[in-house]
Amino acid sequence: MGLDFSVIPKYLDIVLLGALWTIAITVGAAIVSFFGGIFLAVTALYAPPVVRWPFRAFSFLFLGTPLLLQLFLIYFGLVQIGIDVPAFVAGVIGLGLHFAVYNSELFQTSILAVDKGQIEAARTLGLSRMQALRKVVVPQAVRDVIPPIGNNMIALLKDSALVSVIGVSELTLSAQRAIGSTYRPFEFYVLVAAIYYIINLAMEAVLRRVERRIQASK
Amino acid sequence: MDYALMQRVFPFFLEAAWITILLSVLTALLGLTCAMLGTAARLSRFPVLRFLGAAYVSVFRGTPALIQLFILYFGGPQIGIQLDAFEAGVIGLGVNVGAYMTETMRGAIIAVDKGQGEAARTLGMSLAQAMRNVILPQAMRLMIRPLGVNFNTLIKSTALVAAISVVELTYTAQRYIGSTYKPFEMFLIAGLLYMIIIYVVGLAVNWADRKARLN
Amino acid sequence: MSDQTPFIDIRHAKKSFGNLEVLKDINLQVERGQIVAIIGPSGSGKSTLLRAINDLDPLSGGEIWLEDKQINKSLPHRHYEKHINEVRQEIGMVFQHFNLFPHLKVRENVTLAPKMLKGLSDAQANALAEEQLDKVGMLERIDYYPSQLSGGQKQRVAIARALAMKPKVMLFDEATSALDPELVEEVNLVMKKLAEEHMTMIIVTHEMGFAESVCDRVLFMDQGVVVEEGPPEVIFRNPQNERTQNFLRKHLAGQQA
Repeated sequence: MGLDFSVIPKYLDIVLLGALWTIAITVGAAIVSFFGGIFLAVTALYAPPVVRWPFRAFSFLFLGTPLLLQLFLIYFGLVQIGIDVPAFVAGVIGLGLHFAVYNSELFQTSILAVDKGQIEAARTLGLSRMQALRKVVVPQAVRDVIPPIGNNMIALLKDSALVSVIGVSELTLSAQRAIGSTYRPFEFYVLVAAIYYIINLAMEAVLRRVERRIQASK
Repeated sequence: MDYALMQRVFPFFLEAAWITILLSVLTALLGLTCAMLGTAARLSRFPVLRFLGAAYVSVFRGTPALIQLFILYFGGPQIGIQLDAFEAGVIGLGVNVGAYMTETMRGAIIAVDKGQGEAARTLGMSLAQAMRNVILPQAMRLMIRPLGVNFNTLIKSTALVAAISVVELTYTAQRYIGSTYKPFEMFLIAGLLYMIIIYVVGLAVNWADRKARLN
Repeated sequence: MSDQTPFIDIRHAKKSFGNLEVLKDINLQVERGQIVAIIGPSGSGKSTLLRAINDLDPLSGGEIWLEDKQINKSLPHRHYEKHINEVRQEIGMVFQHFNLFPHLKVRENVTLAPKMLKGLSDAQANALAEEQLDKVGMLERIDYYPSQLSGGQKQRVAIARALAMKPKVMLFDEATSALDPELVEEVNLVMKKLAEEHMTMIIVTHEMGFAESVCDRVLFMDQGVVVEEGPPEVIFRNPQNERTQNFLRKHLAGQQA
């Protein structure tokens, strides 16, 4: 059959639109995973056992199973309990929760690593435990954990390709549409890989800069 | 929770779990092979090999594994590569995970104190001798745990081949969700089986790690 | 206002970690404006006693009162939390290792608690921070981060942070022990200034000279008990108890060595 990259320009706008959706879904899921991760970490560490254990079980289940399986659960599970959300929303929630669990592991370690004296100092000023966590401990924990969280976000970008399977029209699914009418999978998937690679490199460059700034501020 | 249904479909999931295990083992073997070559290339004294090693790691870690799989499986025939879905799955995932393992191995070798290599060289060993007798034995120990993390990720990554219709655990779960409309039940069965596989591999890694530390 | 009842009243304070008794029936009354030094070898229980006053290390037995309020009340968790957060606002504490918040500037270190707990506006909190930092001589560094300060400067900021809550009493837990020798004096000067303003203070310290020159009373603690207490000229010049004599002799020798 051979290769023919000349078919690409005609479909380039569809693919690039898909790339924008990929960026949107990555940003959305990154936000969910960041704040969800903090919430899960604080809950896992400080909530009363009745609250803590269900959340721990959830984290355990999500750490031990593939993202794709989780996406199926969330997409069809939401429908099952009567919540019919657009695929995009299901994708953001699924990706966001998946990475929230991974981020939570990082946050827990870094929260525990914040010096005990910091909580004591805040408490002796009269701050409650939650206030001390919110204003003193978590901000410090977050700063320490930005580099590994950033790596998770780069992994998130690449894993966002999986939401094509539940019908989110992002980069991968857009390419599949173009392939559907051209029968040129190799050309379009290579194009898609190149676009992911460029976004990936850009994210890495940003992360390196942020890491340097954090290093400098210490 | 529909336990009767779960019982009925369980044997089919169990069968699929064997496919997941087989995929994982073959992928791990291919991944380790790629990683050894990749590490050798990245630490080579020839700039061309170093560049190729770095490019391999960067490209395969910098793009989604799913797309790599699609290029191989759907795009392969265009450049004369005809593979069935299972073969494409093993090769696609193996080469992908090999890139991650390359970084693990290289990291472990670099982490072995530079002084160790220098000490060996001052005793008169060649670079190859120092590598074989001094650096690698220590690096092996360091890389067992991080490779264990790679294995853990790999097992979960095998779910990707569901997208090219290999009948493994996730594909089976997806099919039964579609036909029974019981997503929670199907997720639990498949999830449980994944976690058992991961747990067993974790035990093996711990055992290997302990053994390496005793020596 | 009567000075008949003590300002701070510690009655039969007991504390044990497992089988180890670190405080054995301690009684201590501190009057308003009084400055009390607690000295003693490490492991004597002096820091534990100080930390018990704001319930950082809760007592196993006994009572601690601040004016008419019992600090270590036994209450259901939710009520206890509310109670202790209120009490702690009235008790300033300064730590050996400063415990400044590294992610916040000097200004924000000082304004954080007043803004959160006393509802001060930004302008009010800033004015307060400037006032307190001026008092400790750190106004010029108001927009620095803690990591940009020397140890002595950090400790002065920590004192300003505690003072900004307008506490009724200040607790100092070896505030100068972690400092390089040349930085001790600037912190001591700030504490002397507070003494001149008649701030009630309880000071756990290894600085015998400072304790002698600033404090009204000195307690010598060893193995969880108050061995001897009295005015500084007695404790330092003419101690009655053999353990006190030994401790001071060793300490003096250590300083000269």
